[in-house]
Amino acid sequence: MLRYISRRLLSILLSLFLIITATFFLMRAAPGGPFSGEKKLPPEIEKNLNEYYGLDRPWYNQYFDYLVSIAKWDFGPSFKYKGQTVNDLINDGFPVSFFLGMESLLLAVSLGILLGVIAALNHNKWQDYGAMIFAVLGISVPSFIMASLLQYVLAIKLGLFPVARWESLQHTVLPALALAATPMAFIARLTRSSMLEVLSNDYIRTAKAKGLSKGQITVKHAIRNALLPVVTYLGPLSAAVLTGSFVIEKIFGIPGLGSQFVLSISNRDYTTIMGVTVFYSILLLFSVLLVDIAYGLIDPRIKLAGGKKGE
Amino acid sequence: MEKLLEVKDLQVSFQTYGGEVQAVRGVSFHLNKGETLAIVGESGSGKSVTSQTIMRLIPTPPGKIKSGQIIFNGEDLAKKTDKEMEAIRGKDIGMIFQDPMTSLNPTMKVGHQIMEVLIKHLKMDKAAAKERAIELLRLVGIPMPEKRVNQYPHEFSGGMRQRAMIAVALASNPKLLIADEPTTALDVTIQAQILELMKDLQKKMGTSIIFITHDLGVVANVADRVAVMYAGKIVEMGTVDEIFYDPRHPYTWGLLASMPSLDSDDKAELAAIPGTPPDLTNPPKGDAFAPRNPYAMKIDFELEPPMFKISDTHYAATWLLHPDAPKVEPPEAVKKRLRQLSSNYPQPVIVKESE
Ligand SMILES: Nc1ncnc2c1ncn2[C@@H]1O[C@H](COP(=O)(O)OP(=O)(O)O)[C@@H](O)[C@H]1O
Ligand SMILES: [Mg+2]
Repeated sequence: MLRYISRRLLSILLSLFLIITATFFLMRAAPGGPFSGEKKLPPEIEKNLNEYYGLDRPWYNQYFDYLVSIAKWDFGPSFKYKGQTVNDLINDGFPVSFFLGMESLLLAVSLGILLGVIAALNHNKWQDYGAMIFAVLGISVPSFIMASLLQYVLAIKLGLFPVARWESLQHTVLPALALAATPMAFIARLTRSSMLEVLSNDYIRTAKAKGLSKGQITVKHAIRNALLPVVTYLGPLSAAVLTGSFVIEKIFGIPGLGSQFVLSISNRDYTTIMGVTVFYSILLLFSVLLVDIAYGLIDPRIKLAGGKKGE
Repeated sequence: MEKLLEVKDLQVSFQTYGGEVQAVRGVSFHLNKGETLAIVGESGSGKSVTSQTIMRLIPTPPGKIKSGQIIFNGEDLAKKTDKEMEAIRGKDIGMIFQDPMTSLNPTMKVGHQIMEVLIKHLKMDKAAAKERAIELLRLVGIPMPEKRVNQYPHEFSGGMRQRAMIAVALASNPKLLIADEPTTALDVTIQAQILELMKDLQKKMGTSIIFITHDLGVVANVADRVAVMYAGKIVEMGTVDEIFYDPRHPYTWGLLASMPSLDSDDKAELAAIPGTPPDLTNPPKGDAFAPRNPYAMKIDFELEPPMFKISDTHYAATWLLHPDAPKVEPPEAVKKRLRQLSSNYPQPVIVKESE
């Protein structure tokens, strides 16, 4: 187990290195600089700025410095917001996005699994068709339409929740729902097909032959095995959801990392773009690792050993 | 002898896109207490459907019991609801399936899969159930059961898994054990061990067994009586001696002739029955075996043969037993085995369908 984790950490480091390198050079290759804008700056000022941020030094120096500072968890100063570092921006935005993401992740997973299980247990009956129509809608309706719809119906018409802003728990419900809709639909479909597959297995017939009730068979024998593919999907999903969605954050006026990221792109805020990208990658790589470990715990056939196969 | 199970004129069909598959077409047999009945027949003859219908494990739809009774312990299982069957499955009737690799839940400890039965039917608490599970594993010949009880199926070999399945099936000391091709997926030496174990356990626990196989070779060792199935019907039934030494149905002859026997070194005579079983969506008129039957007469293609009784225990459904039928010689491989059985009637007699 320890050997497995250290091996995985090593490969995560390697991936991170490649990602950082790629982002660094892509950023440099993109036309325009952080200080090119509508209004041309006087050449002296631009020269000073470049010097101040070290942009006048040879690329390999910049590249090496960047690697070193990231290793120290220092993403550098923001090019756009004077006096703020990228770390500050992440520290401000991420907790908000994280909270929103967690809430929608919980919603998506619990409702998605519930829908999928109900659909599979009532295969080809109205519950199944209902759940799947729901799922297709969830997948095909874009989140900004879903958000506006929720705002219109639940906030404006029914007045159940506030329309926007980020102030109380009440305020978090609608954006979390809007963000959860698509992954929930995915999880429902995944759970359904996986449940149907599991229910056709011989060991389900064995469980039935033992006299277990339908409920006992579903809970003890079917769901656990049916959730394995769902767990796999959870890794990338949680990274995507936890880092925030620009669209949702924009619509609901939420000061999260997602809106920060998009803002930094239109601002050509190089350090922020790179910092957030690297932060996102770290999150993604670690959530995939976590999922793999969880998978190993759920499925005893998978040995988290260092070797190739088995022990 | 006391009857434990009596199946009367059971008919089971499946509704499919291609039409109604008549998998079981009027099967009747009984099983006495402590007895082993083997059901043999080629693949597709309806053995599994028959046995799973007794347990009411047939998915409905598409499956349906069209008619018949399954009298077990004086009650008709065909009339029970799913909820009522839960109290019988695993408690009074245990079942073992063909493929031990897929019949156990891969993500649940083997011990736990045995404990489930004990907790459900014998109302044991967890600790008692675990102890009993260890005992059961020991009983079915699994070494180091204290360790094995906490292991997962993938840590067991095929033979060990089938032993574990037997432990599951026998956990609540059922009156009836249905074993559907329990050794087919195993290699020969393991096969013999599993058969030995089943016989041994039957002696200890007094269980009645329905033993399903497509291989007559394993039957002689385990069964008291044999039912030969073809195309959803029992075509011949009798004691092991009657089936092996005085078979009457040409299909049974075919099965016996294609069975490797110890006393024959001549491989050439091992002939599988030519042809394939009929399509059960459209069962043929007359005797379903007629197209593959070298002894078929004109009437076989027209009219279904009635059941003839050869002795108190021996039945066969073939026109060859009719007084007007010509005398025919069974194939050489079968002829060598034939013995005169003293229990036979002077003449086969026709029995009514309803018996
Ligand atoms: N779920 C099902 N749907 C349709 N046909 C089935 C189903 N289960 C079994 N059958 C048909 O019933 C017949 C008997 O099958 P089975 O009892 O499994 O044969 P055996 O066990 O003797 O090999 C076969 O023709 C098979 O195709
Ligand atoms: Mg079968």
